[in-house]
Amino acid sequence: MDLMNTVLPYLLSGVSVGGQYALIAIGYTMVYGILRLINFAHGDVFMVAGLMMVYLSASLPLYLAVPLVAVLTVLLGFAIERVAYKPLRTAPRMSVMISAIGVSYLLQNLALYITGGLNKNYPTIPWISDQITVFGAPTKRVTLITPFLTVALVVILVWLINHTKAGMAMRAVSRDFETAQLMGIRINNVISVTFVIGSFLAAVGSMLYFSNYPGVVPTSGGMPGLKAFVAAVFGGIGSIPGAVIGAFIIGVCENIIKGLDVILQTLGVLKEPLELATFSDAFTFVLLIVILVFKPTGLFGEKTTDKV
Amino acid sequence: MIEKQKKFTLASLVLVAAMLVLVIVLDQVIKPTDSMSMLLKVLQKGSIYALAAVSMNLLNGFTGLFSLGHAGFMLIGAYTYAIFTIPSDARDVVYQYYDAAVRLSFPEALSSVLGPFGTLLGVTLAIIAAGLVAALVAYLIGLPVLRLKSDYLAIATLGFAEVIRAVFQWGKLGPVTNGSNPLKSFVRINSFQIHLGGVSVSLSTFVPVLLSTVCIGLIVLLVNSTYGRSFKAIRDDEVAAEAMGVNLARHKMLSFCISSFFAGVSGAGLAMVLGISQASNFKSAMTYEILLMVVLGGIGSISGSCIGAMLFIAASEWWLRGLDSGSFLGINAPGVFRNGFRLVVFSVIIMIVVLFFRRGIMGDRELPDLLSRRRRRRKTGKGGGSNG
Amino acid sequence: MKKRFALLLAVAMVLSLAACGGNSGNGSSSDGSTNGGSGGGKVVKIGVFEPQSGDNGAGGKQEILGMQYANQETPTVEIGGETYTVELVYADNQSSNDKAPSAAQTLVSGGVSIVLGSYGSGVSIAASDTFGDAGVPAMGVTCTNPQVTAGNSHYFRICFLDPFQGTVLANFAKDEFGATKAYCLAKQGDDYSVGLCNYFQEAFGKENCVYETFPEGTSDYSSYVTNAKNSGAQVFFAPVSTEAAALIIDQAATQSLGLPILAGDTWDSNVITAAAQGKDVDINVTTFYQEGGNPTFDEGVKAWINSDSTALANNNGNDMIAAVTAMGYDAYYVALEALKKAGATDPNSVLLALPSVEYDGVSGHIAFDEVGDAIRDVAYVKHCNTATGAWEFVTQQGV
Repeated sequence: MDLMNTVLPYLLSGVSVGGQYALIAIGYTMVYGILRLINFAHGDVFMVAGLMMVYLSASLPLYLAVPLVAVLTVLLGFAIERVAYKPLRTAPRMSVMISAIGVSYLLQNLALYITGGLNKNYPTIPWISDQITVFGAPTKRVTLITPFLTVALVVILVWLINHTKAGMAMRAVSRDFETAQLMGIRINNVISVTFVIGSFLAAVGSMLYFSNYPGVVPTSGGMPGLKAFVAAVFGGIGSIPGAVIGAFIIGVCENIIKGLDVILQTLGVLKEPLELATFSDAFTFVLLIVILVFKPTGLFGEKTTDKV
Repeated sequence: MIEKQKKFTLASLVLVAAMLVLVIVLDQVIKPTDSMSMLLKVLQKGSIYALAAVSMNLLNGFTGLFSLGHAGFMLIGAYTYAIFTIPSDARDVVYQYYDAAVRLSFPEALSSVLGPFGTLLGVTLAIIAAGLVAALVAYLIGLPVLRLKSDYLAIATLGFAEVIRAVFQWGKLGPVTNGSNPLKSFVRINSFQIHLGGVSVSLSTFVPVLLSTVCIGLIVLLVNSTYGRSFKAIRDDEVAAEAMGVNLARHKMLSFCISSFFAGVSGAGLAMVLGISQASNFKSAMTYEILLMVVLGGIGSISGSCIGAMLFIAASEWWLRGLDSGSFLGINAPGVFRNGFRLVVFSVIIMIVVLFFRRGIMGDRELPDLLSRRRRRRKTGKGGGSNG
Repeated sequence: MKKRFALLLAVAMVLSLAACGGNSGNGSSSDGSTNGGSGGGKVVKIGVFEPQSGDNGAGGKQEILGMQYANQETPTVEIGGETYTVELVYADNQSSNDKAPSAAQTLVSGGVSIVLGSYGSGVSIAASDTFGDAGVPAMGVTCTNPQVTAGNSHYFRICFLDPFQGTVLANFAKDEFGATKAYCLAKQGDDYSVGLCNYFQEAFGKENCVYETFPEGTSDYSSYVTNAKNSGAQVFFAPVSTEAAALIIDQAATQSLGLPILAGDTWDSNVITAAAQGKDVDINVTTFYQEGGNPTFDEGVKAWINSDSTALANNNGNDMIAAVTAMGYDAYYVALEALKKAGATDPNSVLLALPSVEYDGVSGHIAFDEVGDAIRDVAYVKHCNTATGAWEFVTQQGV
């Protein structure tokens, strides 16, 4: 029971942050499924969504700012695809990836210029930022909402992909780019739709994430972005449920590691702390390498799940 | 043809020698307080980054392995170099929170035996050690990750670089790495001063330029050898290369280790130039910057990488600085030209290169190619003119 | 096509080189003319080596405010019987050790007589050699790591040091809160927080401390707050950058940490009070200056900040005086004293004059010891009033 009380807060933060990673990871996995491109800029789109919220909410009421942020983020994602990736469609994959790194560099530097490199306080969104207590552990309401909202969004998304015409087109394009084109599918539209969905989820994710951790800096998108990508690989890239489960696993593991010294000491395994929290980020990458070496297709390899 | 080649090699050697002499002269002429002293800073840092870019190009451009772990290997090099060159009396000041575990300083130990030459030898040894440790770690990392393909390899190496950084910052390794705190007081470029009678000759720019010239020279030799041709074969078509008898695993590992060796050396060089070595400098952003230098210069061109690195460093640290501080090229607009604008302009330029000049400045050609082809074309042009 | 592009780039390169050469030529020639011209047109340059972006951007900007205000208050200085106009030359070190040496080089090649800065010790250490090689004296304003001045003769500083600050904080934790166990949180790879935590632990007793580090780029501090609660500590010591601090405060409040939070001089900023306002947290910091210590200075700075929109924005939108602003103000005057004493503007004379300079600033009496550190034996402890969002003076604490 004592252990439960010790571990519960870590699990809670883990599930919450996992849900936010999941929303970003979906953007990665969908784009990769179709374009075979690691969209390095995706984490920065997430950061820009956070910044837009900061600036828009300063002059607009929240009920206008929230949808506007979503719309603008979607537009940004769409524009990035059209400007930076579309012209390189026939180029080698390495060029597209470099272009993605370039976009990421540009977005971060733009954010640096506009914010002056200073930390921007994220506005408090009422209700979801309220303090609540879960089994004796105080936290924000958003912590509790995130996993449910994430799962709900994923269910809707999977349904759309399986039961609508656009979804069918997406599945076709991800299976075979050229044949899909021959079948009369407008590839460019499908890709744009992918980016629109991915960016929209990133915007939602940013609202949840920054409500929990209310500070935005130009590098805010970097780490969550990388971790979300690892989550996507972990779950089997191209698979939406895989990405979500991967994200939850990474979120929980990362927080457990942060508390591992304390937990192990409570259990009596460790006498001296080992400063293991140092490795909370590194662990994510170790996980990635292990999965890549032993099961390169991820937890839910391409065959077992339908790909986007 | 062979004779031409020979002439050509000779010409390039003379050119390189002339460049080195010029650097020495610049070193003496420009004093640190001169306004042109930024040129020296750019040459120092630029030459080291040129080596880093060339070593990345060896892997990404010549062998076709897209690796993003460069900063990690540079970090290993920088730390190895620093740890083995801190003099013993400075060690306790540097390791202010720890009891230093390594107390061996190559330059110090050798200079007590061999005098000034020993210092030089010690520094050289430390640099080589930096490369070797980086190559060894690369070998261990390479065993699992080199089996991965393109993007997966990129992400896995990126991840390893982050892991390396975390390990070096781990408090428990503090007695060796000084934990999160910087290593300093080691032999750096300004330590290279020759005193002949009353005249002192500064070699602070010459040393890094020489270091990277030698290393880049070695890489050029490697690329032009049978190994280099095998690397290119792997890049162009793995299956075909294998069918022609190229041992894929072995050559990929070789390329990965050699590239990491020179990355380690460039890390050591960077430590010498900056005079400080701290793990927090070697983030993935550094890898991205080096990659952008390679792209700017042209993937698959060694001289391109050098030009790209020099342009990148000069532009970001010197020429475009005015964009941050209010006035640039005589335009005064403090409202627009404020902190960070330089980086915005810079990243826009890079995006333009990536999108519209995909092959970079040099493509996959080398500087000599460009010159000789121009000469040839001029000749044929003349011929055409006389006919008409 | 490619060749044309290459040619174009080469031309651009040469042109810009020429432009720079031209600019610098102009610069030096104009310098020459002002120096040659007799009378009051003489200029002496003081370098401002501060972060204006990156992790420490907020603090660096507030420190610059102090210098700018002082410069505006006293724009001229009497050197060797002649009146010089003081010009502040800025270089942004981007809070990055990697960028610091070249930023320092721009100041050195800009012909400054003395350099002030930086906020953050890492960048000062990284740039130290650049100043040293050129023989330009530098004066740290709020860099508290002993390594900044140790082992060199050109770096000075006017603030107290980490070993002192760590001990003060440890004593304060014991005296004020009767703490027997402390939780220490530092940022991995950040010499400031790691160093201060180390000195705190030494003074507090290492066996009574739980020490953890978080990786760079962390936003989620909830698990660390949980660790602190689980560890049974009575104080939460987190001397991290303001950016992380804002997040830690928020999450400590959300999770009802219930422990007093202690921190060093970086937290003495209105970023912290803004983050803590209206939240249930108990924040105590040690610092260099307490608002109200010198009413004339306070009024003057406030009036100036409110009259200048850029200054107001750099001070995070209000007129609360950060201790670093007061320190920046003092640093400027110490620099002027050094220039007066040197009787010349060349860096070397200033370097020779600097060790014996003494000055009574708004933050107290400033004199240097043989290492080049200010002799200081007292720190101010402030407490954040979360109802009003302002700092309140608690006590002066010595070792």
